[in-house]
Amino acid sequence: MRFNYIIRRIGFFLIIIWLAASVNFFLPRLSGQDPIREKLMREAMIGGATQTGMEQIIKTYEVKFGLNRPLYLQYFSYLGDVARGDFNYSIAHYPTRVIDMLRDALPWTVGLLSVSFLISFFVGTFLGALFGWPRTPRYIQWLFGPLLSLNAIPYFLLGLVMLYLFSFAVKWLPSGGGYERGTLPILNLKFLLDLAYHAILPALSILLAQIGGWALGMRAMMVTTQGEDYMIFADAKGLSERTLFLRYAMRNAILPQVTGMALVLGQLISGAVLVEVVFQYPGIGSLLWRAIRETDYFVVQGVVFFSIVTIGLATLLLDLLYPVLDPRISYEK
Amino acid sequence: MSSSRILPNAPIGKAAVFPAEGWARWRSLVRFLRRNPALVLGVVLLVLLFLFAVIGAYVTDPKDAQPLAARPLLKPSAAYPFGTDKLGRDLFATIIAGIPLTLRIGLLAGLIGLGTGTVLGFVSAYYGGWVDTIIRGVVDVGLTIPGLMVLIILAISFSGRLNVNNMALIVGLLAWLYPARVIRSQVLTLKQRPYIEVARLTGMSGLEIIFLELMPNLLPYLAASLVGAISSAILASIGLEALGLGPVDSPTLGMTIYWAILNGAVINRWWWWWAPPIVVISILFNGLYLLSMGLDEIANPRARRSL
Repeated sequence: MRFNYIIRRIGFFLIIIWLAASVNFFLPRLSGQDPIREKLMREAMIGGATQTGMEQIIKTYEVKFGLNRPLYLQYFSYLGDVARGDFNYSIAHYPTRVIDMLRDALPWTVGLLSVSFLISFFVGTFLGALFGWPRTPRYIQWLFGPLLSLNAIPYFLLGLVMLYLFSFAVKWLPSGGGYERGTLPILNLKFLLDLAYHAILPALSILLAQIGGWALGMRAMMVTTQGEDYMIFADAKGLSERTLFLRYAMRNAILPQVTGMALVLGQLISGAVLVEVVFQYPGIGSLLWRAIRETDYFVVQGVVFFSIVTIGLATLLLDLLYPVLDPRISYEK
Repeated sequence: MSSSRILPNAPIGKAAVFPAEGWARWRSLVRFLRRNPALVLGVVLLVLLFLFAVIGAYVTDPKDAQPLAARPLLKPSAAYPFGTDKLGRDLFATIIAGIPLTLRIGLLAGLIGLGTGTVLGFVSAYYGGWVDTIIRGVVDVGLTIPGLMVLIILAISFSGRLNVNNMALIVGLLAWLYPARVIRSQVLTLKQRPYIEVARLTGMSGLEIIFLELMPNLLPYLAASLVGAISSAILASIGLEALGLGPVDSPTLGMTIYWAILNGAVINRWWWWWAPPIVVISILFNGLYLLSMGLDEIANPRARRSL
């Protein structure tokens, strides 16, 4: 079957994981000094609240990275840690391990992103199909310009404006957070509704910014399909408008959109991280924002590593699904 | 849309330059521009922004963009058209000072990206073989990785020592990926054209072919790639700045957003603090977006919207 393809694709994913780890290891060293060590030393000198455990961290850090060992040995031991899922301790909140902080934050981000990504894909693609269909009413066509314009604006700026409009100017929606403060995160209907209620604004700012991009691509593809012979033939057969639109034009135009998903994913998380900051949404974006404030390098590295891996995983899934969607592709040589 | 009137094979970039005199030439230019409203609108937006920044630079003092230049948190008034922020900066002066700084980051990074990308794209397409395999592999992997995340790691290692120029260098580090891909695929198709074959047969050297035959035909792609690289570089720089990984002493547009977020400007209803930079950034991105769409129409007459 497509065994070779799957193996190759998984190999590609492993390369991305390796790359994410290497980025964390090598890029900080490009600046010519060890910012982590400096930060730890500074914290140790200042003392105070974070003093407890600081010597412990420095000791762990020095032993772990064996700072007097040659670089390639340090690198291999670092890769070993990553493979074991060890991302060290948070510098600012000492006894907490970075991996635990990420475990709390990641589901929020993945949930927010996957829902808004899928909705924007379907809504945008459908709208784009309408924009590219000659018999679509005028008033729907008018949406295209504004949507494109929103697509050019960074999500988080859109989020900032919507935050002001909907939770301060008219007070319809909550101003931030993942759920009502003081409620316990228990899985029941009330909590889930609260969850959705708090996710509306952040999701909407990602959605509105994304729809235009999907619509643009789909519109161009729809226009191309209209010249195809099978369209003319189907039209001549007297098939209904609805069948022509959904089963002939859209079905064929949608495939490049699915390929486009993989490319958009990378930009998506970069934008979503900032949206979370604007709405104080408890995902990895807010974690990152706090970690940068506190110069908590290990947390920043963890967030970067996991967002690269998450996107890599999503791309892998997409690529594995693609042959299922398009029967013409078999990936056999 | 009106573009359906164009002949399918007319090289649109040159069709406008008929051997015409005076009035007729002007008319053909107008006709060319009317076919490409995206290009016109994009240029208009960018020129308006440019004029705003230039005229603003005459009427404001850059010193007012520094903290403690005015009383803090004044609402917009005749004296301070955009008000002042919590740190006592005149926000009008801050925006005026910020536009060229942000553009500079974008331009520098965009040029770095385009330059590197073009060279790598050429090398990859022209020589092929294992060089091509490696470059293509790096570009493929690089484009799926969230760029901002890589830049965050880099920027945080330099944090506190960031200024506008090394900001541009950091952002430029990933700006070459997309141009490299576009240029590579274009060179690959151009390489097969008969006129390149003719040039080779007449004994032109590799460099002559690159600069005299390939480059002129690549110009629209280079221009579109440059605009794309600039706008993604600005996007990345604003993202880094909004996270606090920017030049703390420079009033770039992204830093103004950062200070506004950090000080809770939305929650405190200091709308005049965050609204102007958002409006300016939106105009800038829309202008660049439309410009790149317009250039794209010149570069790919086939892919032109045929509605």
